[in-house]
Amino acid sequence: MFDTISDKFQDISRRIFSGGKLTEKNIEEAIREIRTALLEADVNYGVAKTFIQRVKEKALGEQLVKSVKAREQFIAIVFDELVSLMGPVDTSISFAEKRATVIMMAGLQGSGKTTTCGKMAKFLIKKGHRPLLVAADIQRPGAIEQLQILGETLGVPVFSEPNWTPPKICAKAVAEASKKNCDVVILDTAGRLHIDEGLMKELGEIKKKTKPDNIFLVTDSMTGQDAVNSAQEFHKLLGLDGVVLTKLDGDTRGGAALSIREVAGCPIKFVGMGETLDRLEEFDPQRMASRILGEGDLAGIAAIAKDLINEEEAEKIQEKMLSGQFTLNDFLDQFSMMKKMGGFSDLMGMLPKNMLPPGAQEQLQSGDAENMIKHTEAMIHSMTPQERNHPDVLDGSRRLRVAKGSGKTIQDVNQLLKQFQDMRKMMGNMGQMGGFMDKLMGGGGGLPSMAGGLPGMGGMGGMSGKMRSKRKKKPRRKK
Amino acid sequence: MFLKKSIDKLKSALDRTRKILNTDISDLFQLGRKIDENFLEELEEKLITADVGVETTLYLISSLRESYKNKEIENKEAILDFLKETLKKKLSKKENTIARASEGPTVILVAGVNGVGKTTSIAKLTYYFSQEGKKVILAASDTFRAAAIEQLEKWAQRLDVDIIKQKMGADPAAVAFDAIEAAVARKADILIVDTAGRLHTQKNLMQELGKISRVMKKKIPDAPHEVLLVLDSTTGQNAIVQAKQFDEVISLTGIFLTKLDGTAKGGVVLAIQNQLETPVKFIGLGEQYEDIEVFDGERFVDALFS
Repeated sequence: MFDTISDKFQDISRRIFSGGKLTEKNIEEAIREIRTALLEADVNYGVAKTFIQRVKEKALGEQLVKSVKAREQFIAIVFDELVSLMGPVDTSISFAEKRATVIMMAGLQGSGKTTTCGKMAKFLIKKGHRPLLVAADIQRPGAIEQLQILGETLGVPVFSEPNWTPPKICAKAVAEASKKNCDVVILDTAGRLHIDEGLMKELGEIKKKTKPDNIFLVTDSMTGQDAVNSAQEFHKLLGLDGVVLTKLDGDTRGGAALSIREVAGCPIKFVGMGETLDRLEEFDPQRMASRILGEGDLAGIAAIAKDLINEEEAEKIQEKMLSGQFTLNDFLDQFSMMKKMGGFSDLMGMLPKNMLPPGAQEQLQSGDAENMIKHTEAMIHSMTPQERNHPDVLDGSRRLRVAKGSGKTIQDVNQLLKQFQDMRKMMGNMGQMGGFMDKLMGGGGGLPSMAGGLPGMGGMGGMSGKMRSKRKKKPRRKK
Repeated sequence: MFLKKSIDKLKSALDRTRKILNTDISDLFQLGRKIDENFLEELEEKLITADVGVETTLYLISSLRESYKNKEIENKEAILDFLKETLKKKLSKKENTIARASEGPTVILVAGVNGVGKTTSIAKLTYYFSQEGKKVILAASDTFRAAAIEQLEKWAQRLDVDIIKQKMGADPAAVAFDAIEAAVARKADILIVDTAGRLHTQKNLMQELGKISRVMKKKIPDAPHEVLLVLDSTTGQNAIVQAKQFDEVISLTGIFLTKLDGTAKGGVVLAIQNQLETPVKFIGLGEQYEDIEVFDGERFVDALFS
């Protein structure tokens, strides 16, 4: 995601500040290009204008600091401004005390409301709640069925009365929530245009009847200049508590993310990142800014991993990894863990650009990376337990057997083993470095979770070298 | 009568874009200002705010600047006429008639990212061709999204056409193949194939789309005759990337631009038509199945600036 902005930023900053100080001239040049990049990314015209104004003032003001390299200094300024543009963010959900909590989802057609309702339900289940999904979209053919299928998948009850009016459906559902042993009610309303008075009035009616604790606007992150207008209109009418930004797994440049807070004045609370139901994440402007600048989203990987990995287990793996005692069995475990975390490409997409080996980006997009994992798994599955724990015993004839068993060539097996050894060595080195990971994670996030993400990278080939060079340049990030 | 109604509809749909362009441009002139850099910058803002896109906007502004230097334009009316003419030239350059099979069913493959309005657009196309007296069959090749098949089925019922479907999770290419056999056997004129929404960045899903297209050729070698990309007009500049990537995989023949009734987003059409080879063929102007129009570049520009 955000590829084009981040490519542009990287390109601009490299080209214009190829060493040397910030000068009025190179700042002007960089700023002009950033403005174009922002507008091409559908950032609201006014927001882009004030944004570059602020960056310019700051950059000129900091000209005196001569010790820092221009590029880093400039990126730091842009980073800070991006963060303050999108934040501060409060990703909390308000819960009712005496009755079931009501969450109302509204938005334009096709923004992803129904899927987001499913994701929200899953998100709440993980936090120990018992949600009820309410099919209040009686406009779109198939909407009710879609929600019912999602409900079945999640094991969540779905309230629907196709022949009632949406306000009546919602009111009744809220009243019956406790009978169904549910403590949160999620209202899936029909998509509507913010200029459609009749339907907007209906939303007001639903609000009046159900007194929602949270009203979220679901917005497609690919929306153009109009994103802020519709958000403003919905906000004016309903008093939004926040925005859920969807389809961020595409290559949208995310102009909406940058503009909504500033213009409409309501915070982005969550982001939807893919089609599986567990990909709803709390919005984090720091992470988003890192991604926009092509600095990756290590904290994001950590957050996903944390969700799925048992702490103790993770610590064990981490210890093993850093002491160089890592086996092919652990390697295999890491793959399955990564699959749970949403797949290899998703994760790699969150890594800083300069950590990816050349060609990896294309590999990711072509889906080759996923295939490579499958093949690697097949090879490890063809090994005996002893071989997995002590790869050193794999001599020529064993390797041949593994190759035959997995339908690969002996060269493939050799390559796998070589990469595995390289990685084990690298991890061992890293362990001796001590604390590097913590630094990489900006002090927070935690090492255990990273342990879940890293191993696969060894398989990408060339990654280990990249990792090492990254280590030397500790990211300069202001808190 | 039908034409009159549709112009009105198009006009009202484009009302907001028109307002942004028109009102603001006149404002600039009411101040009694000349066409200077400030004026051009403000014009730039208006165009970008209407989603015309940076590239197209810069192109318009620089041609405007050029013509002004050459004294070809001097006043407000001339500016509007100039913009209109420049855009019309761009828009009418492209052939946008709908391809038909010389014999047997005409196959139309419909694709797009999630939530752009593919299924509704298919209902509109079905209505459009039924009005022509054609026999239409639908293929439910979106076997992925929950209830997508049901959604298309409901439209088929309402519009009284046949639908070929399998269960959720079935191979979409197999559904398409079944449908093409059925279309031939039942002597249908038009077969419209619905596909699952997919982000253009998902290579595997894009390849699946390629497969659907290939499988159909086994039965009818020149199928699909039309490959329409459905684009949401509220989408910003990402629309162009989408079109490019879909084109690479399934060679688009046209664009169906949806949700034009909504908001200010007429502008993205200009960006698309300026930057891409693929012509806009249809536009969607509302939620009802009769809210469909064949795209007419000249009329579109007139509505935009009238």
